[in-house]
Amino acid sequence: MTAQPADRAADVLVRAGRLTKRFGEVTAVDEIDVEIERGEAFGFLGPNGAGKTSAMRMIGCVSPPTSGELQVLGMDPETEGPAIRGRLGVVPQRDTLDEELTVRENLLVYGRYFGLPRATVSERAAELLEFAQLAERADSKVEPLSGGMKRRLTIARALINEPEILLLDEPTTGLDPQARHVLWDRLFRLKRSGVTLVLTTHYMDEAEQLCDRLVVMDNGRVVAEGSPRQLIEKYSTREVLELRFPADDHARYAEKVADLAARVEVLPDRLLLYTDDGDHGVAIVHARGLAPLSVLVRRSTLEDVFLYLTGRTLVD
Amino acid sequence: MTATTITAVGSTPDRSGHRWARAFAFWLASYRRVWRGSVFEGFVSPLFFLAAMGFGLGLLVDAGPDSGMGGVSYVQFIAPGILAAQAMNTAVGESTYPVLGGIKWFRQYHAMLATPLRIPDVVLGHLAFVLMRVAITSTAFLLVAWLLGAIGSPWSVLALPVAVLCGMAYATPVFAFSARQDHDSGFALLFRFVIMPMFLFSGTFFPIDQLPAALQPVAWVTPLWHAVELCRALSLGTPTVADAVVNVGYLLLWIVGGYLLALRSFRRRLVV
Repeated sequence: MTAQPADRAADVLVRAGRLTKRFGEVTAVDEIDVEIERGEAFGFLGPNGAGKTSAMRMIGCVSPPTSGELQVLGMDPETEGPAIRGRLGVVPQRDTLDEELTVRENLLVYGRYFGLPRATVSERAAELLEFAQLAERADSKVEPLSGGMKRRLTIARALINEPEILLLDEPTTGLDPQARHVLWDRLFRLKRSGVTLVLTTHYMDEAEQLCDRLVVMDNGRVVAEGSPRQLIEKYSTREVLELRFPADDHARYAEKVADLAARVEVLPDRLLLYTDDGDHGVAIVHARGLAPLSVLVRRSTLEDVFLYLTGRTLVD
Repeated sequence: MTATTITAVGSTPDRSGHRWARAFAFWLASYRRVWRGSVFEGFVSPLFFLAAMGFGLGLLVDAGPDSGMGGVSYVQFIAPGILAAQAMNTAVGESTYPVLGGIKWFRQYHAMLATPLRIPDVVLGHLAFVLMRVAITSTAFLLVAWLLGAIGSPWSVLALPVAVLCGMAYATPVFAFSARQDHDSGFALLFRFVIMPMFLFSGTFFPIDQLPAALQPVAWVTPLWHAVELCRALSLGTPTVADAVVNVGYLLLWIVGGYLLALRSFRRRLVV
């Protein structure tokens, strides 16, 4: 729907320049530059503690930036926070539903925060309950609902004011695979209907599925930016050759195949050879008589990019 | 209904009107499922207090050397005291756990602040709910006390707004206090070392001139003492304008000061 003329299709809804957030000594967001256009699904990808949530909270106008510039919907969050928030939908990392109220009451109360007339809110609530596949549970309390249902309710609630931008902070963390797919399906529909999605995630499949464009964050900085395809092209090879050898120490095999790939990564149970032609690599490995236990040639994924950019070390 | 229509991009009509009332509407909605119990409690607890202290202990006091408290029965003496003290207790109860819960456990404030509501809307909306709760329990108490003959003067009707002021004089600073807590352990200290002593020693159950001379000024400083004094003067039909102005003015001072502190605490805690 977005009844926008074509020339406005590319208008920028979020513009951040050298945006920074510090908490005391800790710099959570370190001079990031981000532009998010109308109608796109934009992702902040990064390990825990990378600054994704802090960035989202600033865009959501609930957390004042320490320095840098930020414009949301063409307005300054510092002076026009309430007006901006009135046009945003927010799905926080931790649900803030009222568990003692019913599903429907949660929508009604939240709609009132936006100053919407009662009749409008109940009409939209009924529609959103259908959309979130919660109509049958409308009058049950929230507390006994499953994690997936609560998440869908949070999303429904965030849509009560018909927002132009929907901010989703780790929308599917903690959900089982079925619940995640249902949720992705709903987000696809929203995107198709013109809502701009901004989400954080540390799931690669989620980023690949949902995001048109994303930035990879690490330690508060943007370390890469582009579409999933572009990022794979730029930071990884076309294919990855996985070799498993009958040994505890794969490092000594790494030397023997180092020349076959742009980069070789040693994992405890296998070697990853980043190469544009996996099959060719396999042939040479066999020709050298290395006899791996198993061989797998696969396409590079965003996960390869992510781990290359942010490292395999655990960040806590 | 398709996703297309529900997500139509458009400006959200933000009807004017008081934004705090929208936050108040939330607390009201969540109160709707417990109000029966709370109103019942509102009637029963004053009944217990008046019965035990007024009529039980009162038998001993009234039979004492001065035949009671300077001409009034003990139950008539303490009824306005308990009215004010109960307003304080209700207000403090509503301003401790629910406030920290809104920040930390149930996070309702966070939900509100993601919408056009601002810190003052959130604080005022919740305070308005506390005010309503105090008004309900105080009304219940006055009714019970009147039925039992513990209050008589028509002036007693004015004790209701005074009780409400008393409650709010505690609610606003306690909001500020609660918004600075990390755990609920601070509340136990607040109840034990601040609220309980005030409850006992602010003229609720006996005149403060019975206190050691050094402690009397401490009682004057408490908002509860001013509320008790005024409620008592009203229920005994002996109010004076000068005293009333001082008492009300002092309560207002706490309400406004506490409110400003609450805004600061909320901002520090929630706008980070």
